[in-house]
Amino acid sequence: MKDAFGAPQSLLILGGTSEIGLATARRLIARRTRTVFLAGRPSEALDTAAEGLRALGADVHTVPFDALDPASHEVTLGKVFAEGDVDMVLLAFGVLGDQARDEQEPLSAVHVAQVNYTGAVSASLVCATALQNQGHGSFVVLSSVAGERARRVNFIYGSSKAGLDAFAQGLGDALHGAGVHVMVVRPGFVRTRMTAGLPEAPLATTPEAVAAAIESGLRRRAETVWVPGTLRVVMSALRHAPRPLFRRLPV
Amino acid sequence: MSVPSATTGPGTGGTGTVRSRVAPVTGWGRTAPTTARVLRPASYDEVVTAVRDCDGRGAIARGLGRAYGDAAQNAGGAVLDMTGLDRVHEIDAVNGLVVCDAGVSLHRLMEVLLPLGWFVPVTPGTRYVTVGGAIGADIHGKNHHGSGSFTRHVRALELLTGDGETRLVTPEDEPDLFWATAGGMGLTGIVLAATIQLLPVETSLMTVDTERAADLDDLMARLTAGDDRYRYSVAWIDLLARGTKTGRAVLTRGDHAPLDALPARARTAPLAFRPGRLPAAPRFVPEGLLGRTTVGLFNEFWYRKAPRERRGELQRIATFFHPLDGLPHWNRIYGRSGFVQYQFVVGHGQEETLRRIVRRLSTRGCPSFLAVLKRFGEGDPGWLSFPMAGWTLALDIPAAMPGLGAFLDELDEEVAGAGGRVYLAKDSRLRPELLARMYPRLDDFRTLRALYDPRGAITSDLARRLAV
Repeated sequence: MKDAFGAPQSLLILGGTSEIGLATARRLIARRTRTVFLAGRPSEALDTAAEGLRALGADVHTVPFDALDPASHEVTLGKVFAEGDVDMVLLAFGVLGDQARDEQEPLSAVHVAQVNYTGAVSASLVCATALQNQGHGSFVVLSSVAGERARRVNFIYGSSKAGLDAFAQGLGDALHGAGVHVMVVRPGFVRTRMTAGLPEAPLATTPEAVAAAIESGLRRRAETVWVPGTLRVVMSALRHAPRPLFRRLPV
Repeated sequence: MSVPSATTGPGTGGTGTVRSRVAPVTGWGRTAPTTARVLRPASYDEVVTAVRDCDGRGAIARGLGRAYGDAAQNAGGAVLDMTGLDRVHEIDAVNGLVVCDAGVSLHRLMEVLLPLGWFVPVTPGTRYVTVGGAIGADIHGKNHHGSGSFTRHVRALELLTGDGETRLVTPEDEPDLFWATAGGMGLTGIVLAATIQLLPVETSLMTVDTERAADLDDLMARLTAGDDRYRYSVAWIDLLARGTKTGRAVLTRGDHAPLDALPARARTAPLAFRPGRLPAAPRFVPEGLLGRTTVGLFNEFWYRKAPRERRGELQRIATFFHPLDGLPHWNRIYGRSGFVQYQFVVGHGQEETLRRIVRRLSTRGCPSFLAVLKRFGEGDPGWLSFPMAGWTLALDIPAAMPGLGAFLDELDEEVAGAGGRVYLAKDSRLRPELLARMYPRLDDFRTLRALYDPRGAITSDLARRLAV
C-alpha cells in the first residue's frame, strides 16, 4: 500500500532498463519500496539493472515483456499482479527513433509508433484493469514535451508521445473515482543514453530530476507533472504560437 | 475495463439485501484514497452475511471515519459502514451500565446518558467516534492518567470473527480475544455491540483550571506535579515557538463540576447538553493555507489569549473536550493533499527523547496548531493498545510539506530507540519494519488472527501496509 505521501511499497516498471525508470526506482527504494518488478526484453542490461536495485536492498524480479507483442501483455503482466498488489506502475519504455532515417523508411517510423503508442496502449489497459480490481495504485506514464506540439525535428517521436499523452489523460479520467491515480509526466530534454549525441535543448534535465518530480507528484497526487516545472509555462506559450512563427523558432 | 459506478445498487451475492456502492474512502487525514465496496448493514445478520460473502480482498468495519490514516479502508474489498447499527439497547441507570450497538457514537451516548447523570468513561478530542471504533483503537482521553483507555471500561463485547462465529467476549472468559480486540484496529473481527461501565456526574459542566507554561521543562514539571489533583489534564503546545520559548504551552485541567459549583440559574437544568456547531468548512480550501506564517500567528494568539492562571472556570463539555467538533469537516482546511497526524509515546525516564523531538519539530518549523502533550498513566493489557506510562505528543502536519516523510521516519527511529511507539489510529506512514519493535505482542496478534480468521476475511489497508 502507498503511505500518506504516495510512496509505494511495490513498483512495476515497464521498460526495466529505462534510466528515468531506474532513477525513480532508486529514489522510491530509499523511501518505502521493497518489491520491484522490472519488465523488459530479457537482456544483460535488464539483469544488471535488477542487480543494481538489489544492492539497495529491494526484492527485484525481472519480467520478460515486449512492447511490440501486445498479445502477450495480459499473460505476462497478469502474472505480476497475481503475486500481490502493485502500488505503482511506471510506464517508462519508448524509443526515440532517428527522424531523418524514419522519414525515408516508413517501417522504422511505424516501429516508433508501435513501441511508443500501441504497445503502451495495450500494456496500460492491462495494468489499469488490474489496478482497478485491487482498488488502489498509481499509474505513471512517461510522456514528453515533444508530444505537446509536434516539431519539425522529431515529429514522428512527438506524434507517438502525443497519442500516448492523450490516451493517458483519458485513462486518468476513466479511472477517476476508481481509486487509481493516473499521472502524466512530461519531461523536456533528458540527458540519457536515448538522447546521447543529440544537441541539447534548452531547460535540459536529468533522470534524477525527473525521479524527484515523480516522487513529489505522487505526494501531491498530481495529474500532470512537467520537468522542469518551468516547461509548463514555456509550452503553454509555444502551444499558442502561430504556425509561421513556430516553424521559424529554434526549438 | 468498466468505469465504476458510484450509484447505489444491491450488494453482490448472499441475500442481496445489503446495499452497497463503490466509492473512494480515506481516513480523517484525507491522504491515500482507495476504492472499496461500501456496505451499510442495518442488522447483525447483514453484517454476518457481508463477512461471509466477502471475496479475497476481505472486509473491515468503519465507524465515523475519524482514524486519520488507512485503518478503516480496504482497497478493492468491502468496507462495512457500521453507523447503521445505532441502537442503544439497555441502560442500567443505577449501576451505570449501557449496552449498545457498535455503530453508536459517543455523541449519541452523551445525549442519552447525560440527562440520567452518567458520562462516557473516556472521551477523545471528538465525540464523533463510534463505540466500535473506540474499542478498535482503544482510545484514550484527557483522563488517561487516572482512568486508562476506553477498553478498561468495557465489560463485554459481541464480536463477529472472520470465521463467521459471533462470540460474547469478556475480559474474564476470553482474555486473549478481548485484549487482542482492544486496540486491534478492527482486525480481530467486527464488534457488533458492547457493554460499557459509565462515570456518574452531577452536572454537564466542567470546572477548569488554566495555566501557561513558559517552556517544555516548565510544562513537564507542572504536569508531573499537578496531574494527580485532576481527573482530566492536557496541554496545548506551541511547536513553532523557538529558543527559550520552545515547548511553551497552555495547560487545561479540570473535572466534572459538582452541583454546588453551579450558579443558581444553571442549577435548574444541571445536566443539559446542547453543543453548538458552526457551518461546515468549505469543500475546497486552497493548498498551503496552513503554513508557517498563518499557524505561527495562530499559535502566538492562542498562547497570549490564555490566562496566565485561572481557577475554577465553568466550561461546557463540548468546549473542554471537543473544541474542533464545533467546526464540521475541519479536516478540509488542509486542502486536497490532506494532513498527517503524528502521535507517539515514550516512557518515563525518556524525557530527553521528548525534548529532542520537540526541539527538532520547532527547528524544522512544522506548522502544527493542534499539538497536544499529555502525561499517560499505566497502560492497559490490549496487545496493540497504544498508551503506556509516559509522555505522549500528538501533532498535525500538512501532508504536502516537502521532505516530511523522511523527517517523520527519523522521529520514528528516535521513538522506537527509546522504547516508545506511535499510535496506529493516527498512523498513515509508519515503516512496517518498526511495527514489531513498537508493539512487542505483534506476533501473538498474528497468531490469534490466523486462529479466528483462517481465510483472512478481515483485513484493511493498514493491515496490508504494515503487514500486521
